[in-house]
Amino acid sequence: MTKKVQKETDITFYIRRYNPEKDDKPHWQKFTVHVEPGMTVLDGLHNIKETQDGTLSLRYSCRMGVCGSCGMLLNGRPSLACNTQILDIAKKVLTVASLPNFDIVKDLVPDLTPLFEKHISIHPHILRGDSGEMLNPTGEFYQSPDELTGYLQFTYCIKCGLCMSACPTIATDPEYLGPQALPQSYRYSKDTRDDGFNQRKKIVGDTHGAFRCHYAGECSNVCPKGVDPARAIQLMKRQLVWDYLKLRRRRAKSPILGKPEGVERIPEIPEPPPFTV
Amino acid sequence: MRETRYWTWHIFAGIIILVLLGIHMITMHLDTILGWFNPVGGGAVDWDNLLARAKLTIYAVLYVVLLAAALYHGLYGLRTILFELGLRCGQQKFVNVLFVALGICLFALGTWVTIKFNIIAQLA
Repeated sequence: MTKKVQKETDITFYIRRYNPEKDDKPHWQKFTVHVEPGMTVLDGLHNIKETQDGTLSLRYSCRMGVCGSCGMLLNGRPSLACNTQILDIAKKVLTVASLPNFDIVKDLVPDLTPLFEKHISIHPHILRGDSGEMLNPTGEFYQSPDELTGYLQFTYCIKCGLCMSACPTIATDPEYLGPQALPQSYRYSKDTRDDGFNQRKKIVGDTHGAFRCHYAGECSNVCPKGVDPARAIQLMKRQLVWDYLKLRRRRAKSPILGKPEGVERIPEIPEPPPFTV
Repeated sequence: MRETRYWTWHIFAGIIILVLLGIHMITMHLDTILGWFNPVGGGAVDWDNLLARAKLTIYAVLYVVLLAAALYHGLYGLRTILFELGLRCGQQKFVNVLFVALGICLFALGTWVTIKFNIIAQLA
């Protein structure tokens, strides 16, 4: 495989600026940045902020595609600024804007509140029928590697909001739960330690739930972690339909594995601390 | 859960349409090859063949079922498109009521025409 040779060059950044305290509507501002191979869009924006305009607002944290803070619209495609190299997507011009389908806090900072509200609404945690075991655990919930594989892909979501900004359904129905919350609903319902399907199905099977998705698939195209939200939504639909037809397979609950018997604790290993909650 | 119910029946209606519309297409366009549904011979839309098919009660039943499935499938699809235009909650309820009323009216009209033709054919 031949390696692509990239040369340093000047790139024109068109950045969509918006300060809700001063501006009536967003406007474009032009900057020129000298770009070297390997520079990410986040590096370029830092360069602009340090050398050209310190008022530019952007959000970032980890700089390595893990935290999901720096989602932006780069040349029309929702992407993470920290793991997108400038010369990979631009030859002369690069447009940078805040994520669509979200309100703008300032410049390149989207208001992700709807994402987190929708995420919370689907109960994104293990729900158990046996509350006694949850409050006073006697062991661990066992899960086989195969059972883990059934939902593992969907646990990689970093809540960056790229999927929701690419979703054409959210563009017309802001109340639609969207490709972040719905796959997380599937992720927990598929988890063998979870009993919360009946609670979640009322939310995801409602007017703004899974059946609003018409499988445009853009969420999966833009996901930086390969979560494939579109697939998860279709699997969620299948679960809902099987449940409505009373054909959903009742799976066995995760067995609780108690402490091993006949084994002495190694004295050097301390006991776990007592529960605080 | 209401949407789950609507969507499931939308899929069932699609399957029914696939089968019954398949029979309709075979009747209309493969008659020279198969000839099953044209007992008199000749073209599928010849009057005698039409009359012979209309006399069969099963045909009337199948067409009424096809009508119901096509109406449900089509109106559900149209409702989805309208909802995507960004209708508010009250407007969505209005569309639901309107489409149910429209569906019932069209179904009643179509059923009446089918049964009437079946009776006329049996008397002919």
